[in-house]
Amino acid sequence: MSDTDRPGSAERAERVEAAKPSVPAPAGEAAKPSVPAPAGEAAVPAKAADAAPVPPGGTEPAKAASEAARPGRVAGVRQGPPWRRPRAYLWVALSLLLLALPFYLDRFWLQAGLFAMAAAIGAIGINLLTGATGQLSMGHAFFLAIGAYGYCVLAGGNDVESGHELAGLGLPTWLAAVLAVLLAGLAGGVFSPIAGRLRGAYLGIATLALIFVGQHVLFNARDLTGGFNGRSVPPLSLFGFEFDDSELLVAAVPFQSMEKLWYAALVALLVCGLFARGVLRSRPGRAMNALRDHRIAAGVMGVPVARYRAAVFVLSSMYAGLAGVLLALIFQRTVPEYFGMILSLEYLAMIVIGGLGTVAGAVVGAIFVSLLPQVLTRWSDALPLVSAPGTGGVSPGEASRYLYGAAVVAVVLFLPGGLTRLVPSPREKK
Amino acid sequence: MTTFTELLLGGLSIGSVYALIALGFVVIFKATEVVNFAHASLLLAGGYITAVLHDDLGFWPALAVGIAGAAVVGSAVDFLVMRRYRGSDHSVLAIVTIGVDILLTTELTRLIGTDVMALGDPWGDRVVNLGEITIAQTRIAAFVAAALLITAFLLAFRYTSWGVAMRAAAENPQTAALMGVRLGRVSMSAWAVAGALAAVAALFLTVFPTPGLERATSLAALKAFPAAILGGLDSTTGALAGGLIVGVTESFATGYQSELTFLGGGIGDLAPYLVMLLVLLARPAGLFGTKELARV
Repeated sequence: MSDTDRPGSAERAERVEAAKPSVPAPAGEAAKPSVPAPAGEAAVPAKAADAAPVPPGGTEPAKAASEAARPGRVAGVRQGPPWRRPRAYLWVALSLLLLALPFYLDRFWLQAGLFAMAAAIGAIGINLLTGATGQLSMGHAFFLAIGAYGYCVLAGGNDVESGHELAGLGLPTWLAAVLAVLLAGLAGGVFSPIAGRLRGAYLGIATLALIFVGQHVLFNARDLTGGFNGRSVPPLSLFGFEFDDSELLVAAVPFQSMEKLWYAALVALLVCGLFARGVLRSRPGRAMNALRDHRIAAGVMGVPVARYRAAVFVLSSMYAGLAGVLLALIFQRTVPEYFGMILSLEYLAMIVIGGLGTVAGAVVGAIFVSLLPQVLTRWSDALPLVSAPGTGGVSPGEASRYLYGAAVVAVVLFLPGGLTRLVPSPREKK
Repeated sequence: MTTFTELLLGGLSIGSVYALIALGFVVIFKATEVVNFAHASLLLAGGYITAVLHDDLGFWPALAVGIAGAAVVGSAVDFLVMRRYRGSDHSVLAIVTIGVDILLTTELTRLIGTDVMALGDPWGDRVVNLGEITIAQTRIAAFVAAALLITAFLLAFRYTSWGVAMRAAAENPQTAALMGVRLGRVSMSAWAVAGALAAVAALFLTVFPTPGLERATSLAALKAFPAAILGGLDSTTGALAGGLIVGVTESFATGYQSELTFLGGGIGDLAPYLVMLLVLLARPAGLFGTKELARV
């Protein structure tokens, strides 16, 4: 990231924020620092803000000062060509592992992994909104539901399921998937008069309404959603390739829907992650962080506050929509209860546990929160205190909820920045 | 007309209960600037304690223990969790309360299971007839109790030294601390009061005509959130008005459900949220909330 030598207004805002976040900077001072700082000195605080979008609460003046005191970290110096960097090998190994997994894992773990990938996409979306922009949303489950049901309605035909007639447009499935994501974005846009005006926790309460509206519609619009019973999901087909349960033999391993979807989800996650990283590291990302850290200063700098809030809300709903489409394809059946309040809380827990405001944080948190119940279910008889559902003890679902509820509290109190802060990023190391 | 009056009275009564919950929510927000998403689980805790103890202790002592218990849970959350946070960002603290809520709600719903627990209240399902109007005794008791508690609270907020300290802390924490107000005690007492009010509300949310304390009670308690935000999060008057508006809307939407079938079944549960969205479209700060002005 070598943009310290072209100080745009957004970077300047970051610099002021990083240096003294708690003091409401007077506008004049923020716009033109009275003393032109020496180039090297100015570069370091900006770097501190670069290295990792600082989590809310992590921006104490003392910390910024200690970052500034660390010498010799000049922006733009790469550590050499890719084959000389140890981290590059790690990435290659990880991607090889991910590509090879469908050949070795059974259906249970593949489904769990796919589930984690879909959750990661949704978590990246809500991290853009809550982590990077500081706008709390409890309505993420609503947009997931729009993605999932939107896909079902657009791709499904006029079927009769369990004695009830369901309406559907019967579009090609790939088109339905794209349209479902756009539909989720549209729903986010419809909510934008509220999303643009309210800040932080206020928006959190307002978005509670979305969950209840969503549940109401899902249970009542029976022609579209199938009501209580839900509706089955037509399998995706892309350029004539079917992601269904028909067996396809690849290297003597039968490929069913899960194996095929694995690669589709991997590509989707990669694209979503890179896109979000691009957003966070460029001009809009700086503006979003400025909005989170000091709304008024950001407004004075020329960030259109309401428009940015609304735009991030729409983007985050589109991420949720895509995650919803994937979840529907994985489950092969959508049911309304799934998209309730607990799901929204899970997504918030993911980004807090992983780390607010970063793509890696969202992915790590999503893996943690969505694999936890699966792991506990699989090994419930080996674990103390956990017992199978319905036998009176703590069921795996409940046990995992205790664990991630406690993890949310513990991470915020003792590990601001989330799990990803445990591993220093290359740019933070000396 | 009779139906209309009955629905209006019922709505005012349930609305005053929502106002109790919303008031506690607003008190925490004013004293500590934390939006407390764990409020519904405080309520569930108070109700659960009362429901478990009423057989052995009798109703009134059990209720007292339930109120005290919820107050203790509230101040414990403040003491053990909120006070450990070193940063200054209050929306992060709101997320912490979500974590606390996940923990408390999971534990309580596990304890309650699929049971419907009675709280052993003395009113039962008796009704009072005023002319043509029939109203349940529990509804009258709810309205009277809520009105008394709210009046007592507002008087204390205005005239006692505790109330002055609370308002000073809300106005400007640093100055208040320099004047000798102990902020830790202020926030802990705010949490305790909120818990106590929520426990009383739990009683009236679970008496006749509702079947009793069950898992879904926390969903009913959530309706205090729209009540608080449509009144304005930093206004006690707003909490009262918001509570009544939510209660009356819900009562009418449920009562005239047969004429609203085009909206689908169970529209009564949705109505408070729709009203909140409409109010927020017109007034983002709520009906009585202070408009946010900042000096730069």
